[in-house]
Amino acid sequence: MTVSRDNSKAVYQGIKESGVRFLSALPETWLVYLLQLADDDPEMCLIEVAKEEEAVGIAAGAYFAGKPNILLMQNHGFLASINGIVSLAMLYRVPLCMLIAVRGHWGEPYPWHTQGGIHTEPVLRGLGLPFEYARDPAKVGKQIKEAVTFANSSLSPVALLLTRDLMED
Amino acid sequence: MKRADCIKALYPELEDRLVVTIMGACAQELYDLGHRENFFYLEHAMGLASSIGLGLALNLPHEKVVVMDGDGSVLMNLGGLATLARYQPANFTHLIFDNGSLLSTGGFASHTTSGVTDIAAIARGCGCPKVSLVTSVYDFMAAAAEAFEGNEMATIVAKVEAVGPDHYGMDMHLPENAFRFVRYIKERQKVTSGG
Repeated sequence: MTVSRDNSKAVYQGIKESGVRFLSALPETWLVYLLQLADDDPEMCLIEVAKEEEAVGIAAGAYFAGKPNILLMQNHGFLASINGIVSLAMLYRVPLCMLIAVRGHWGEPYPWHTQGGIHTEPVLRGLGLPFEYARDPAKVGKQIKEAVTFANSSLSPVALLLTRDLMED
Repeated sequence: MKRADCIKALYPELEDRLVVTIMGACAQELYDLGHRENFFYLEHAMGLASSIGLGLALNLPHEKVVVMDGDGSVLMNLGGLATLARYQPANFTHLIFDNGSLLSTGGFASHTTSGVTDIAAIARGCGCPKVSLVTSVYDFMAAAAEAFEGNEMATIVAKVEAVGPDHYGMDMHLPENAFRFVRYIKERQKVTSGG
């Protein structure tokens, strides 16, 4: 299994078409091509963080500045960011549009990802966070656009879950 | 030196800057001097005030951003110091009030008590380009003036007493603070862009 270059391009294209030009991210395997595309794009500002919760703060600052933005992270990074999501974004009604690579689920060969994978959806549900799964490269662009729109209209964190079907060849 | 005295001395200089504070005493002491629409108080999510400031500073390069942080919050987001150093926006001033205490949550000693952990050294080690350590209001104001006039990211670690206000509370809901801060920035960009 390798990370899909073509589908990474489709995701990146979706980000561009959503109008977003500011990304905060922590690199992870499934996001490699995506982040390379962002890095090589002079129109895109990509901020790489040391730990994902920082990205919640950076995203809030970008929102305050009037800049539509997206966070890119692995699901374990999402799990590590819960307090920022709850006690900054939800508490202050700050929109967050999170694209989350869901490792550790159906088909996962690596044991170390599995507990995070199993518990990601229940945690999203527990927080009442709106989420969708992205599985189809033909649809992911529309889903990203809709996620950005909904985060900003609801003033809430939302998550688009990037699945194995989408991110691996 | 008391943090309240530093904030009071600095207050007149904050009029045209976007200010983000951490929770508790720091937020209250600034608020009690008189709220301004360019102030955002992060009353929870410890550690993220500096990250909010980074997001603001990178996206509004013509604005000046000031973050009022504390040792407890900085210790919760040490990686954030490295991220700041990596991107080091020139329009960012990071004030870290180090009282060696988790004052707002019970007054327990933090790792900086008695000089065990040196936040200024950590900031330097992260690569923050201009780090100063001050112990008097005079030196604090001198460092702040230099930071505000300079053209690089500045970090000022101010050693302060572990004392705070005798009351907490604001006549403003937390989302209201965010909404008003967003609106203020939006209006300000219209003015500065002449639109």
